[in-house]
Amino acid sequence: MSNEQAQSTFTLDGRRIPFEPGQTIMDAALAAGVYIPHLCHKPGYAPHGSCRVCVVRADGRELSACTAPAAADMSVESEVPDIRALRVAVLQMLFAEGNHVCPACEASGNCTLQAVAYHCGMLTPRFPQRFPRRAVDASHPDVILDHNRCILCELCVRASRDHDGKRVFAVSGRGIASKLIVDAPSGQLGDTDFSADDAAARVCPVGAILPRDAAFRAPIGRRRFDVAPVSRVGDVTPDPDAQWPAVDALEEVTA
Amino acid sequence: MSTPLETATHPEHLRRVCIEPLTRVEGHGKVTLLLDEHDQVQQARLHIVEFRGFERFIQGRPFWELPVTVQRLCGICPVSHHLAAAKACDRLVGAPALSPTAEKVRRLMHFGQVLQSHALHFFHLSSPDLLFGPDDHPAHRNIVGVIQDEPELARRGVLLRRYGQEVIRVCAGKRIHGSGAIPGGVNKALDNADRELLAADIAQVIDWAEDAVALMQGLFAAGGDAYRRFASVPANSLSLVRPDGALELYDGGLRARDPDGEPIFDHASDQDYADLLQEQVKPWSYMKFPFIAALGPAAGWYRVGPLARVNNCDFIDTPRAEAARRTFAAAGQGRPVQAVLATHWARLIELLHCAEAIARLLADPDLTGDDLLREGTPARAGIGVIEAPRGTLFHHYEIDADGLVTRANLIVSTTSNNQAMNAAIRRVAQDELDGHVLTEGLLNRVEVAIRAYDPCLSCATHALGQMPLALTLTRADGTVLDLLRRDADGGIRRAPPGSGGAMANARP
Repeated sequence: MSNEQAQSTFTLDGRRIPFEPGQTIMDAALAAGVYIPHLCHKPGYAPHGSCRVCVVRADGRELSACTAPAAADMSVESEVPDIRALRVAVLQMLFAEGNHVCPACEASGNCTLQAVAYHCGMLTPRFPQRFPRRAVDASHPDVILDHNRCILCELCVRASRDHDGKRVFAVSGRGIASKLIVDAPSGQLGDTDFSADDAAARVCPVGAILPRDAAFRAPIGRRRFDVAPVSRVGDVTPDPDAQWPAVDALEEVTA
Repeated sequence: MSTPLETATHPEHLRRVCIEPLTRVEGHGKVTLLLDEHDQVQQARLHIVEFRGFERFIQGRPFWELPVTVQRLCGICPVSHHLAAAKACDRLVGAPALSPTAEKVRRLMHFGQVLQSHALHFFHLSSPDLLFGPDDHPAHRNIVGVIQDEPELARRGVLLRRYGQEVIRVCAGKRIHGSGAIPGGVNKALDNADRELLAADIAQVIDWAEDAVALMQGLFAAGGDAYRRFASVPANSLSLVRPDGALELYDGGLRARDPDGEPIFDHASDQDYADLLQEQVKPWSYMKFPFIAALGPAAGWYRVGPLARVNNCDFIDTPRAEAARRTFAAAGQGRPVQAVLATHWARLIELLHCAEAIARLLADPDLTGDDLLREGTPARAGIGVIEAPRGTLFHHYEIDADGLVTRANLIVSTTSNNQAMNAAIRRVAQDELDGHVLTEGLLNRVEVAIRAYDPCLSCATHALGQMPLALTLTRADGTVLDLLRRDADGGIRRAPPGSGGAMANARP
């Protein structure tokens, strides 16, 4: 790229977003300071495309922004009513599948699932709760694993495999029977080589992998998403001069 | 063990009158009465849906969730459950003694809680009965009637409650269901802005609280013998007290006294509650009947709450509340005051005490300290006992080696008052119902007796003091003789005999 005109761009909700060859729509948007809701994606991690919350419409086709390569002059729609409705439906399914009891959850206020649901304007449940019977694995001295809240995003699987070099976590089973398992014959986290210092111990976007002795230490008002909405702190490059601040459903609801 | 009017000898020959639903925190209750052919009450029972579910579904959960989870038992006094669970968790993390900052922030939160709950109970829920009388027209006998007739009083009630809610918000982050107390301490102290916010109004709050005590004292004096006798039953009293015998709401020893004020036990450790108290199960109620073990179930039932606390303590360590307590104690002529309606008087004396105690705490530099948490040798069982607005509250948890809850036992205030409330409605049934035709005023007298113990039963949050009730008079063969229903909007409808239950409007 010898000059500005040579850099390729696409449009996201009408705004021109520059991108480098090989970047996904998500990468380019986040780098440009534009938030696209996501759960299983994290910069620095291999794209996964499993949660489908980052669905966008690119040149008329619905794609996951975290896996779709950006292309020159592509027209991408994200914060439009029908795409937002798709995201809300995905989120409502996630909330119905596990046991996500925000009022009693220590991750409340720090939870990306909760923050994204607020951002997308999910105000009510929609599908019948499945109320699965799932265990809490508190066998590890420093970290607890609460399967009730796992959304199978596999960020811990990728963190342990690609960043910690351990392979502590994997997903076993198929479809609705899929579940997170750990690398120990007993099936207990305490019998693995997992450490509280691992990247996998800090990557969980919900309240499934949590440090012991930290619960409710952050007062209400000082939790992560009390301070700033996910559209500002959800892996987005800070851009104080952004002309297209993300529409933030939380602010709309609480205004 | 059965007390008079608890179980009729031949219920098959009696008419059944059912008042249903009474409403509780977020649940329901009912009163059933059995009457003979002369309309004499032969059996009266209060049934309440219990909170048993929580004890089961917190099993398997990490113990540090308890203060936040279990407070969801109640929307009116969640702080009581929050703090009782936190006190139990303090034991689990080996920190029964907190830092001065943590203990004072928790005490402040609790004073705010008791203040707002007592204000809600008196002004919003019970003052219509007390100001207008139980036979006042139901369309007027509610908080809206109070606003119309006594606007300044109603305004003060709302603002007193608001002040208590603000105290809670400052300490716990939210007015309802916050997260201030954590095992071993608190997650934040106050900052100077919080302190100034609360300090700005506290002098006014104390004055209003003192005026409210004077109002209730005057109503009690004017009520004469009728007030003293209404629903009155001699009961043992149980409460926490401070080591020097002072009124204590957050942490102390257990004191029980008999109806004459003689000690049953005193300064007993709250950790020994299971040796001091036992619970009896009766076939007709889902709610247990606790009793003082040393006295047995027949004589050992007891009362908790404001009346028990103010009767039990030797003094109150804030001056204006202590002056009010002395006047109150004089009404008992050397014995504990047993009048159920005096519970409101005692409640307002406590409200005044809370306001004075908040003023004292706000001047304490520890409140803005930064030493928040303590820990020690972990334990596998923890017991936390606190004086909730409605009475002594027991939380008892056991955990496994991983810190997951294996067993929980909660004795909530209303459970402790189970027999006392049953005795109260039996007294009302005997005094007010025997030989009379059912009226709305009768319905309300039953409510007035229950309300004195537990405002959660008055359906206040949903219907502004109009508890939806239905009275059914049924012959032994099941024929409906009479049916009175009061809807949430206060309207009274009667279904005439032979109508198959179809409703027609009836004069209240």
